[in-house]
Amino acid sequence: MSAPLVIETRGLTKRFGAHVAVDDVDLHVVEGARYGFLGPNGSGKTTMVRMLLGLVYATRGEITVLGRPVPSRVAEVLPEIGAMVEGPAAYPHLSGRANLALLDAAGPRRRSTGRSRRRRVEEVLERVGLGAIDRRPVRAYSLGMRQRLGLAGALLDEPRLLVLDEPTNGLDPHGIREVRDLLIELNERGTTVFLSSHLLAEIEALCTTVGVVDRGRLVLEDDLDAVRGPTGRLVVRTPDPDAAARVLGRAVAERHDHTLVVDAAPGGPPALARHLVENGVPLDGLVEQRRSLEDVVVSLTGPGSDTSRSRRNGARP
Amino acid sequence: MIGVELQKLVRRPRTWVAVGLLCLLPTIVAVFLATTRISPPPGQGAAFLSAVLQSGSLYPAAALALVLPIFLPVAVAVIAGDSVAGESSQGTLRYLLVRPVRRTSLLVAKLVAVVVFVVGSVLAVAGSSYVVGVSLFGAGDPVAVVRALPEVTGGDDAVAGTGPEAAPAGGQVGGSAAASGGQAQRPGADTGDATAVDPDAARERAQASVSSLSGEALSPADLAARLLGAMGYVTVSMLGVAAIALFLSTITTSSLGATLGALAALITSQVLVSLDAAASVTPYLPTRYWLAWVDFFRDPIFLRDITAGLWLQAGYVVVLMLAAWANFTTKDVTS
Repeated sequence: MSAPLVIETRGLTKRFGAHVAVDDVDLHVVEGARYGFLGPNGSGKTTMVRMLLGLVYATRGEITVLGRPVPSRVAEVLPEIGAMVEGPAAYPHLSGRANLALLDAAGPRRRSTGRSRRRRVEEVLERVGLGAIDRRPVRAYSLGMRQRLGLAGALLDEPRLLVLDEPTNGLDPHGIREVRDLLIELNERGTTVFLSSHLLAEIEALCTTVGVVDRGRLVLEDDLDAVRGPTGRLVVRTPDPDAAARVLGRAVAERHDHTLVVDAAPGGPPALARHLVENGVPLDGLVEQRRSLEDVVVSLTGPGSDTSRSRRNGARP
Repeated sequence: MIGVELQKLVRRPRTWVAVGLLCLLPTIVAVFLATTRISPPPGQGAAFLSAVLQSGSLYPAAALALVLPIFLPVAVAVIAGDSVAGESSQGTLRYLLVRPVRRTSLLVAKLVAVVVFVVGSVLAVAGSSYVVGVSLFGAGDPVAVVRALPEVTGGDDAVAGTGPEAAPAGGQVGGSAAASGGQAQRPGADTGDATAVDPDAARERAQASVSSLSGEALSPADLAARLLGAMGYVTVSMLGVAAIALFLSTITTSSLGATLGALAALITSQVLVSLDAAASVTPYLPTRYWLAWVDFFRDPIFLRDITAGLWLQAGYVVVLMLAAWANFTTKDVTS
């Protein structure tokens, strides 16, 4: 991690009474990253996000965002951050445009002229796919439209850092794809994206770095590619699994129908392929086995706090 | 930020409904008075109501007396109680704070918006009731005010005994009764402890009674000045309610809770003010000097209670706003 950190926390802890919501978390978000903050519901993600934004005060520990300490100098940091925290919110009796105009007027560019404000509002509405909305009040919006409106609010000031809590909640698959493309586009133009989600697939599809949180503790923080590294085994697909099993003997670790998982021998896949073919075993395919993010997460975390099952029951066979 | 809060206030339909209802009550009363020509006898009913048949230009004062005991404090408690708690439960508070809006400036902006609402509704009530009063009763001769009021104050000693009983029973409900009852009870409480009576004040009051019987006519400018003074005083009286509701609004995320809490405080205060046994605390209760605005219509204007009321409201605003600030700037925003 050579790039500068945009978010760093040291020993961050938050208690609500006896309940420890966030427990001794050291977070490192590198500039330009798309950081996925993954954890089941109730694991402390939202509390963490709120502490980063100065909404909730930490019990213990330090936070640095964009090089400045939070919450003591959070007012200097927030103008450069676009945020969505725990679902969108708007004044229900006003239109989406009016809501954004109010939000813009409350923000760092509160003294700008009406025309530049209208232009800015139209721009962000266009960006999130709400360019064609009419004057209906937000009360009549679907959850997906509210979500887009919330995202539009986060983009008002062309932020250096986006902090998004469950941004695709309530969107249809088409909308999820659009939001993901938008975030990747913003990221490629230099915006760091910090995104929290309980959806593994969402993090896997969007992020470059992942932090896994379980019951308030950060149990993993690494590049997604490193997490999904090779396991040291090879996956062999063959129409004749019996023959393959005979040839490979004790190297076979697992066997499911026409697929065998084999401990890697010296020489790697080419050597194994040659060995099998020379012994008359036909091959459909042979690849390195890689860990899936799901396997890693399940092995590192317990069941979510909204279940009472023990870890053993929750694990896959 | 103040501009944003004012925009939110103005663009909220509820604001206009509240102002409309505040103006509606005096209008309804005026229509009944005008069609029946039966006015409450002096000393009964809301202050000034007996006088307006002679002079419609006094109707703004009568209207203030009608809305002051219940309608206005309820409206203020609703608006102020919702100000922070409403944003909080709606979720918009967190988005304002991360814009960023500093918590202190948000609180100040909220207070300013509530004050603007109070000023606006007092102006609307006075304006609409002036139009209604003059068109239904004619501009008349505002001397009536000087003649009518002393009869209220003149009856002080006579009704003093009934005041403490009438006011708690009426409480907030018998708004007009509380107005006259409270008015009557106050000097009564003074005379109950003869040594505590300020001789100057007593003389003033006696003089007012006498001179009013042969009262001099109020010039339009004099009437306008007295009305403005009364409106200003009523506005200030509402600031204590606003501060209580705003403070509670920073504590809870339920705007209903904050509003009801503020109203509960007011009702408690109304009950205690009229309770002789609570005399030791009455000077510090928020509603104690609410009715002192009537003193603007005495001749000469009787300033003692008005001054005390201004100081009291200022005290409530300062203490409660500091408490609200201390609470709001240090609390976790988890909604």
